[in-house]
Amino acid sequence: MLTFALRRLLLSVPMLIVIALVIFLLLDVAPGDPMGNLPQTISPEVRAQMREALGLGEPLHVRFWKWMVQLFWVEPQVLIDHVFGTSLAVDKPRVLSWQSRAPVMFEIAQALPQTLWVVGTAYVVGILMALPLGIFAAYRQYSVFDNASTFVTMVGYSLPPFLTGPLIIFVFSVQLDLFPFIYETSHRVTDWESFTYQVKQMVLPVLVLSVQTTAQISRYMRSAMLDNLSQDYVRTARAKGMSEWVVVMVHVLRNSMIPVVTVIALGAPAIFGGAIITEQVFAINGIGAQLIGAIKANDLPLVHTLTFLFAVLIVLANLLADLLYGLLDPRIRYG
Amino acid sequence: MADPLRVSHGLWRDILRQFMHHKGAVFGAGLFAAIVIGVLAGPLLWDVAPDAPDFSARNAGPSAAHPFGTDQLGRDLLAQVLAGGRISLSVGLAAMVLSVGLGTLVGVAAGVFRRLDGPLMRLTDLFLSLPLLPLLLVIVMLFREALSASVGTNTGIFLLIVIAIGVTSWMPVARIVRADVLSVREREFVLAARASGTTQMRIITRHILPNILSPIVVSATLGIANAIITESALSFLGLGFPSDFPTWGRLLSDGVVYLSEFPWRVFWPGLMISLTVLSVNFMGDGLRDALDPRLRGRAAPL
Repeated sequence: MLTFALRRLLLSVPMLIVIALVIFLLLDVAPGDPMGNLPQTISPEVRAQMREALGLGEPLHVRFWKWMVQLFWVEPQVLIDHVFGTSLAVDKPRVLSWQSRAPVMFEIAQALPQTLWVVGTAYVVGILMALPLGIFAAYRQYSVFDNASTFVTMVGYSLPPFLTGPLIIFVFSVQLDLFPFIYETSHRVTDWESFTYQVKQMVLPVLVLSVQTTAQISRYMRSAMLDNLSQDYVRTARAKGMSEWVVVMVHVLRNSMIPVVTVIALGAPAIFGGAIITEQVFAINGIGAQLIGAIKANDLPLVHTLTFLFAVLIVLANLLADLLYGLLDPRIRYG
Repeated sequence: MADPLRVSHGLWRDILRQFMHHKGAVFGAGLFAAIVIGVLAGPLLWDVAPDAPDFSARNAGPSAAHPFGTDQLGRDLLAQVLAGGRISLSVGLAAMVLSVGLGTLVGVAAGVFRRLDGPLMRLTDLFLSLPLLPLLLVIVMLFREALSASVGTNTGIFLLIVIAIGVTSWMPVARIVRADVLSVREREFVLAARASGTTQMRIITRHILPNILSPIVVSATLGIANAIITESALSFLGLGFPSDFPTWGRLLSDGVVYLSEFPWRVFWPGLMISLTVLSVNFMGDGLRDALDPRLRGRAAPL
């Protein structure tokens, strides 16, 4: 298991480098000019100097190498400096945003907590709703509850967040005036009142994001439970006189959770993608909104780094899913 | 060799029977057919131009002259929804054909030719690890102007969005197809075909492809829904079709701004997107059950 984990971890490094290269090359053919937004009055010589300062004059492989070094060598040092108060990375070049001239990682570090809060809460809420739904739907297969939940999850799965988001805002914020319709990023939790406000402004985005999670995971939960409920060991457990609760919630559930846990791990990055749309709907100042802003402003370093960050999340989730599968299921042995 | 249609007659009838038992699937297929027919034939019955402004009825609510209401320039929303539907459905169908075609090609190549299996599956893994929505946004941003300049704005963006969705959604199909090809190619009838001197190409087209048709059909059905949602999401994020080019996603995102005053502008395109995706998903569900020989002949759910 340990060798498998190590090999899997080592394999993801070249994968990430290739992904970084793909993202870099794709963006490099960009016909857009980062200097396009500057005023016309700037003379060509100054323009050329500014291009030089942005690192645009150098050949492709040099820029890729510089970006990789800055991302994997300088940025970790900055992090170490920040945590331990050392000064490893002083005066070393960092990846700079073309928009704000601030380090890209600094910009991302400011936006990431918003996304993590909303997305993380939504994912947990979604899972907590999905599991009981799937379990009960499978236990009473083809019952009214099962058919109703099939229909509801199908509808929830089919409604895109850019439709449910505005509709929910319309009903709950505009008509009923229950929740604020814009997420206030600068809001700080200091006392009970500000905490309730924070909860209130998170309700709608979390609701929109968790609908998709619930719909997907409850389907997996249901089919995994169905697979196990018809197994022989269930009949044996019942024949031994175990209570129905123990049979379903201990024996069947534990076996059914194996594929579901991997689906949960695999689905985590996808919800970050979904957050791009939800952040747009609720005006949350997270990394999704940052990405859209950077794309529209042609801020290549920020787009590079954010896209790469999404890729890292996906690769990590795949890794986690593989390892969890091996850990949870004793029938799987990695040679 | 006997006529394959005649031989498989009983099979198709079985599949149809199983499909008809699945009430959700029949409902989905009916609804989808109704939407397609409505969008295609609708303009014949409702011949208002979708881009004709009517300044006397701007932002009007539903009325006899404008059953779905109008937008801020007084353009008829019903006509726009009908015109947008044709574009959204064509984007969905074209992107689906591209993604299923690519996926089948990669899957069959990886399954049949041992030497290609490793590289192609690593390529699939690589594509699966790419952050797709961010990349889609980036692709559209990068190539929009270049393509618009060479083949015209509307054709350019149509091609771009179809290709972008196609090349970012073929991976699941490739994986499923490869797995099925691997199991089919070891069967006796493939061996028999090879022994009787059938060429590789003919083995693929005559013996392997017909046997892996069911996962392809199911992926194709669900692919339409995926493509329509992705197109709408791109339009919603401002990186899809331009504003004067109505698609359901475009109409929806244009209407969201006016949601509190004129909710019908969100309602109709939103309803059409949701109904299409819902009907396609139900249809895919039913097809999956109908095409799965292990489930066929059993009591149908719902």
